[in-house]
Amino acid sequence: MTIGLIAKTAGRLLVPFIFIFGFYIVVHGHLTPGGGFQGGAVIATGVALILVCYYYRECMEKFIPVTKFKLVESAGLLLFICTALAGLVVASGFLFNWLNATGGLFGNAVAYGINPGDLYTAGIIPILNFAIGIEVFGALSAVLMFMFAGLKEPTQEEEDAKAPVQNMHKGKIGGRK
Amino acid sequence: MKEAGSIFQPRFAIVLIVLVTLIFLLPAFGLTFGAPAATMTDQYYIDNSQTETGANNVVTAVVFDFRGFDTLGEATVLFIAVLGVAMIFRRLHK
Repeated sequence: MTIGLIAKTAGRLLVPFIFIFGFYIVVHGHLTPGGGFQGGAVIATGVALILVCYYYRECMEKFIPVTKFKLVESAGLLLFICTALAGLVVASGFLFNWLNATGGLFGNAVAYGINPGDLYTAGIIPILNFAIGIEVFGALSAVLMFMFAGLKEPTQEEEDAKAPVQNMHKGKIGGRK
Repeated sequence: MKEAGSIFQPRFAIVLIVLVTLIFLLPAFGLTFGAPAATMTDQYYIDNSQTETGANNVVTAVVFDFRGFDTLGEATVLFIAVLGVAMIFRRLHK
């Protein structure tokens, strides 16, 4: 059986909020609990919701094809490695926090002790968080898409052909509308 | 694996078991594993992570700065896992 119109519409309406919440967790990883792994997993649940509401074929046609997820995943890992290698080139070592407290990108100095938190601090940590976030998002979404590709999807013609037979013993004529 | 020199022979397993048992028995002879005790690092992270990395979240400071190699390894493991899934399911995906 295909999924109903109400569930499809509700899923489509919920997905942007899930994406925004996951993006918030990723971006505020150096200030609040959370980070790249957790935020990426939250974003991937939005993709899972789309996949449950719309099946694989419709997802590939209407939304994002699976090759884009693989691209996003590789881009995340590459961004992580390139940021770490830039520490080797610019400063003293691999994964060195070369942007911290320099005044540049994400370079505001942080006050010691309890403070309200500034998003524009912590050097390369927000960049690494973002890289890990899109990497986990792409990886989990690609796994979901690959596994949903194996599900048997009913077509609308089979659905229409089956419905009168199912409802015959209930004394009703015709399928559900 | 029956060739000579293979590490899957029973005598190598016996040697391995004896060695591991000896390592676990080392504290009984008064020898310790590390020269500074392992509990010294946690207070260091709590005291210095905010000034050294600039992150308010100490957990993120440890995961992405002090233990950055660990995070890189985790990301690589995830990448390879997706590679395996893609290889298994590639016939279903058209």
